[in-house]
Amino acid sequence: MFTTGELILQQLVNGLIMGSFYALVALGFTMVYGIIKLINFAHGDIYMVGAFISFVTFGVFSYFSDGVLGVILAVIASMIFCAALGFAIQRVAYKPLFDAPRLSLLITAVGVSLIVHNAVMVQTGGQFMFFQSSIDNTAGFPITENITITHVQIFMFIITAALMAGLTWFIGRTMWGKAMRAISQDKDACRLMGINVNKVIGLTFMIGSALAAIAGGMAVVYYGQVHFFMGYMIGMKAFTAAVIGGIGSIPGAMLGGLLLGVLEAAGTQITGSAWSDVFAFGILIIMLLFRPNGIMGKTTIERM
Amino acid sequence: MGEVILKVENLEAHYGKIAALKGISFEVASDQIVTLLGSNGAGKSTTLKTVSGLMRASAGKITFLGEDITKLPPHEIVRRGIIHLPEGRRIFKDLTVTENLELGSFILKDDAERKRRINSVFERFPRLGERQKQLGGTLSGGEQQMLAIGRGLMAKPKLLLMDEPSMGIAPLIVKDISIIIRKLHAEGTPILLVEQNSKMALGLADYGYVLDTGSIALQGKGSDLKNDENVTKAYLGAAKK
Repeated sequence: MFTTGELILQQLVNGLIMGSFYALVALGFTMVYGIIKLINFAHGDIYMVGAFISFVTFGVFSYFSDGVLGVILAVIASMIFCAALGFAIQRVAYKPLFDAPRLSLLITAVGVSLIVHNAVMVQTGGQFMFFQSSIDNTAGFPITENITITHVQIFMFIITAALMAGLTWFIGRTMWGKAMRAISQDKDACRLMGINVNKVIGLTFMIGSALAAIAGGMAVVYYGQVHFFMGYMIGMKAFTAAVIGGIGSIPGAMLGGLLLGVLEAAGTQITGSAWSDVFAFGILIIMLLFRPNGIMGKTTIERM
Repeated sequence: MGEVILKVENLEAHYGKIAALKGISFEVASDQIVTLLGSNGAGKSTTLKTVSGLMRASAGKITFLGEDITKLPPHEIVRRGIIHLPEGRRIFKDLTVTENLELGSFILKDDAERKRRINSVFERFPRLGERQKQLGGTLSGGEQQMLAIGRGLMAKPKLLLMDEPSMGIAPLIVKDISIIIRKLHAEGTPILLVEQNSKMALGLADYGYVLDTGSIALQGKGSDLKNDENVTKAYLGAAKK
């Protein structure tokens, strides 16, 4: 039997893994919101496409390596594909509406989401597809008699932490990152500084989409299956995470994601897994009631 | 007079269907401070926005250093050397003083040169140097104006467009702003200045244009306009007939 300490440790690990997924997807939500004030409902679908592209390209790369190297190559291919997809969606669907009322943009995002996941459904026949590789998902370091932290989990933590550190550096230290922060405050002032605002917006979509693609690729290995609807719930949860952290705030999305993952795992332990979504969205409602700007948000969230 | 660097011919601009500029023409030479005066809604800010590309000209032509820039987007116009300091300063409130300045030189690739330029801004405005890690939004109005000017200088402008630099500034500081503008001019930067404060503007300007509802009503040397009572009337918008 599990001891209480083991249960807590196990749920903490589960929570941090879920939280890593949420955080990586939430970053895309929060970056896009920060820069054009759009809740990009299609972002969860980019994660799903990222998973599929990793799955499919792994099928090719696995002739060469069916282990870690093959997965890494597949995820890189998926990042490139999703960055291009994110850019294209922004260019075709959102850019013509930048000056339109915000609601038009939001509805367009819902439409893009429907198009993307229905397109994948048609292509895959709506079937679950199962992933096989030489990676052993159960191998790891036994912490106690009952609990093992797997190599895959550790690898995922490291990747997530490295991506967060890299993004923090990019946003804080590079001219393009500073331009992103400046654009979220005053686009016209940025134009007068010689910043090509549309280019920076495009770049933001590409980075957000590439991060979602990495999360999707990790999901393929971790859960071992892909499905056209897998982006829906994680999109909702990641949005929740972004709101908890303070939408528009990058450290907020990281913190909100990890926090939501851990709280959800704790809630699951207490109330049972059937209630885990209720628990997550309950946190969202409580957050919106008592601290609508989120943990790290400072500007007021405008009502739509 | 030096050579003409900015030449605006029959410029028109519209907000929707409303004409804001109805065909104005003016010039700025390389050794000049030129001012645009006029009451609220006369089209002064619109003129600057059209020159810097924030607004599209609906007709007319803008030539800068011999090149037609009428249809260029703002980020391209900045690369040509026209720096527009917009009304209300528009500094980035959530970025530090240093970051604000860095963004002013966004088009520059050379980080060492960027550092040198930041230091020269700090030499010019020691107050900014003392506050380099502070967020822009925490500065006083006068300091924010210095930051806005410093941020503009980071791009080494060949022509500076200044929109209401005295607006919202304590009267004592307005004098400092005049001194700064005169110094920039003495260092060789041509300036196109838009001002509500006509006394200040005409004190500085070599040449002035008075705008009235989108057209040029009067023009002349700064010193002549200063003594012309029509200007006072047009400027105050109180010419009772």
